[in-house]
Amino acid sequence: MNVGVGLPTSIPHIGANRLMEWAQRAEAGSFSSLGVVDRLRYECYEPMTSLAAVAAATERIGLVTMVVIGPLRNDGVLAKAATTLDAMSNGRFTLGLAVGARGDDYDASGIPAAGRGNRLTEQLVEIRMHWERAETQRMLARPHGPKLLVGGMSDMAFLRMARYAQGYVHGGGPPKTFARAADRARTAWSELGRTGQPALWAQGYFALGDDATIDRGLDYMRDYYAFTGPFAERIAEGLLRTPQAVAQFVRGYKEAGCDEVVLLPAIGDLDQLDRLQDALSGA
Amino acid sequence: MGGGPAGLYLSLLLKKADPDHEVVVFERNPPGATYGWGVVFSDRTLTSFREADPKTYTQITDDFIIWDAIDVRYRDEVIRCGGQVFSGISRKALLSILTERCEELGVGLEFEHEIVGLTALSDFDLVVGADGIRSSVRAAHEDAFRPRFDDGSSRYIWLGTRHPFDSFTFVFRSNEDGFFQAHAYPFDGSFSTFIVECDEASWRRAGLHEADEATSIAYCQELFSSDLGGHRLESNNSKWINFITLKNRKWHHENVVLLGDAAHTAHFSIGSGTKLAMEDSIALVDSLETHRDIGAALDDYQLERKPRVERFQEAARQSQTYFENTSRYVHMEPMQFAFHLLSRSGRIDYDDLRMRDPHFVGSVDRWFLRQASDERLTPAFAAPPAFAPIHIRALPVSNRVAVNVDPSYSAVEGVPVQGELEVAARTGAGLVFTDVIAVSERARITPGCPGLYNDEQREVWRGALGRARAVSTASFIATLSHSGPRGATRPRTLGADLPLRHGQWGLVAASPLPYTRRSAVPEEMGRAHMTEVLEDFDAAARRASAAGFDGLELNLAHGYLLSTFLSPLTNHRSDDYGGGLESRLRFPIEVFEAVRAAAGRMPVGIRLGASDWARGGIDLEDAVDVARRFEERGCAFVRAAAGQTVPGFTPRYDPYFLTHYADRLRNEVGLPTIATGDIATIDHVNTIVAGGRADLCLLRV
Repeated sequence: MNVGVGLPTSIPHIGANRLMEWAQRAEAGSFSSLGVVDRLRYECYEPMTSLAAVAAATERIGLVTMVVIGPLRNDGVLAKAATTLDAMSNGRFTLGLAVGARGDDYDASGIPAAGRGNRLTEQLVEIRMHWERAETQRMLARPHGPKLLVGGMSDMAFLRMARYAQGYVHGGGPPKTFARAADRARTAWSELGRTGQPALWAQGYFALGDDATIDRGLDYMRDYYAFTGPFAERIAEGLLRTPQAVAQFVRGYKEAGCDEVVLLPAIGDLDQLDRLQDALSGA
Repeated sequence: MGGGPAGLYLSLLLKKADPDHEVVVFERNPPGATYGWGVVFSDRTLTSFREADPKTYTQITDDFIIWDAIDVRYRDEVIRCGGQVFSGISRKALLSILTERCEELGVGLEFEHEIVGLTALSDFDLVVGADGIRSSVRAAHEDAFRPRFDDGSSRYIWLGTRHPFDSFTFVFRSNEDGFFQAHAYPFDGSFSTFIVECDEASWRRAGLHEADEATSIAYCQELFSSDLGGHRLESNNSKWINFITLKNRKWHHENVVLLGDAAHTAHFSIGSGTKLAMEDSIALVDSLETHRDIGAALDDYQLERKPRVERFQEAARQSQTYFENTSRYVHMEPMQFAFHLLSRSGRIDYDDLRMRDPHFVGSVDRWFLRQASDERLTPAFAAPPAFAPIHIRALPVSNRVAVNVDPSYSAVEGVPVQGELEVAARTGAGLVFTDVIAVSERARITPGCPGLYNDEQREVWRGALGRARAVSTASFIATLSHSGPRGATRPRTLGADLPLRHGQWGLVAASPLPYTRRSAVPEEMGRAHMTEVLEDFDAAARRASAAGFDGLELNLAHGYLLSTFLSPLTNHRSDDYGGGLESRLRFPIEVFEAVRAAAGRMPVGIRLGASDWARGGIDLEDAVDVARRFEERGCAFVRAAAGQTVPGFTPRYDPYFLTHYADRLRNEVGLPTIATGDIATIDHVNTIVAGGRADLCLLRV
């Protein structure tokens, strides 16, 4: 299993320079990928634009959206941006898509939330068609374009994934929650007669350091997930806050058959990368 | 509101948490009035009770009757499975312990005080509806709570008896009126609860719909006389009722919150609602202590309890469905009947039972092997059921695991890829299914699909079979299929149902309906087409036989050609091949009969979509009908699949879900049945086949 790290694009008060420094340090470390999340109504950077900048500052590391809220974007524009990222990163980009969980993002973009699942399904095909056009083919670093991942927990999300994507991206939780989702993903996949197994991606949040640091991490999570109401506290409880917790989490995901887990920072301090790297050396 | 276990327990815990709280219980009945007899707790509940209030915990457990076995009495055999620790207490004793503790702590108890409307309670910071399934508190804010009621289909009556059952006992009895069952368990040293349940038809045939209480009791007493050891059945204001499952969208509104039966009910066969109700009380007090704000506390309470209760309700629903349909399983021998019962809820599987009672599971293994191998004597030891052999017609299969060849879509001109069959054979499965094999060039789903439409393909299959047989004892089934409207698509490496960009071929279907928005419109099949396709299937079956396959499967599922005839969603024909089920079945049956005639001695089975998972489509009832028609025509087995007949179907990827379809087909139609879906462990396979839900399982390897 590969282990990637999140780029702190959605932690408030982080400057662009810090993001570049973070990306370069992650590249110098053993992380397999840099992941970004997507949200409109929050103090955060746009995920695909951020990855484009990071692509220019790195050479090796994978770049992944976990996830981009597909229905907020025009199909053609999204496909074009993904094509560009694939070209600019020399084939290091993976496009994770889902419908998102926040009504305010839809309100803010003027796009109706109703019917977003079906729109995402159509979007997956549209993106594929776009990548197959002759002019796009000449631009892509890889003939099939970026790998497409789909997230979500509904049966329809698994069906959409199995029909039109190459893998599944899980939204977080303890390893046994992931294992259950992985089973559903594999079932949907084989029911549709797909070859082999879906690629399985996952994520978890971490904040490592003294109590004050961990408290800052918890505060961030409560704030970022405030839209879930009382559930924010539950999500915050899942924060990985000791090296042992990180090691156990990574191992649990590995055993459940995860191909790549991306650990998202709840704190944007650069030393978090070193601390995470240390924690992983024990895993 | 409500002086049952939930209300009393909550009140005493609240008062304990802070003696300054003013807590008042309003109960419309006098103290000591109670309905029902005993209350059951599972072992696990008790820890949380000890932490919540040690005093009542000790008093309750001192009064407990404890047993550790479930007895299944069926066809005059008693089968016992141990390691199932439960405890029981009389409801009356429980209430008196809780009432006494409330009094001791200074909870206000207002018995015989009915509150009408919540305005009378406007002085209180928090109003709790613990007033049962007909909660008046809930009724006051019906729009906010949005309750949903589901009526069970069977009838049951709560009775009691002085017969000292020493375990949780399920009794099954049949007579000329139908099939009846009793759920009996002890709750104090001398008394047992005895619930009698039956389906509506048996109930009416027995005249119980017109019977008064005494007549009902007399009827039950007569029916179960040999199980009651000469004791009488006793009433407690008993009536025949249907079980009602209640769910609420929300459990709280403003400062009003629901708990226990007012919030949710779960079928009695899986343990008492009292357990859930008292756990609600503990959780609510915890939330109120953690959060100063009542709204936040109630949010937290619902978040904590609702998902847990819903999981429990799901298991209860499975159990309820089982008990509503027990007459379906009367053909089973007692050992299988008992195993099926014990694993009914999907929460307890083969490995759990082995942990609880290795002796019982050992007996199941030995019984299973004996009947599977047609031996007269039970063997001294046996491997788990997954490893027992089976015959499909004359075809011996070495175990209960089936696998599919993983489709690679890399065949060239229909010539199968070398080695794929061998990989599947090496899994150790008893039955290996090929990838779907096209019966003609145009029958392929993708240009990379294997075929059996020329002699070169036949010879390559023959070679592949030879090599696969060299590494396994598996039997090999060729799945014959015509892609219909799902043809001419790209290999499913990047996605499914993406039309070919170049080299499209013309598609056919029952009706000219494109599979997806982007699929080509298929041509409606005319008689000439149909004859051609019949001949293709016939020729492919002959080639399969010549290549050395052991059996054939005809693909009637998943939106391919034959399924387009079967499903009303894809068959809009007005000729003899469209309309009612009989007509829609006509062409698939013609194909089946052609294949069966060409198959010689090979068994021929079907892959059947047991449900379209789409509104207006085939459902399980139709599928049972369809399977019967094929069974009558010599079908050897059925694989239970579902969905994909239209792309906009709503799937279910729960574990065991497709198994329910297999269960119905196997036990109502009597065909050897292969279960599919999310089956990934041998434990799953053991659970499914030992319980007679299917004969084989398609394992996801």
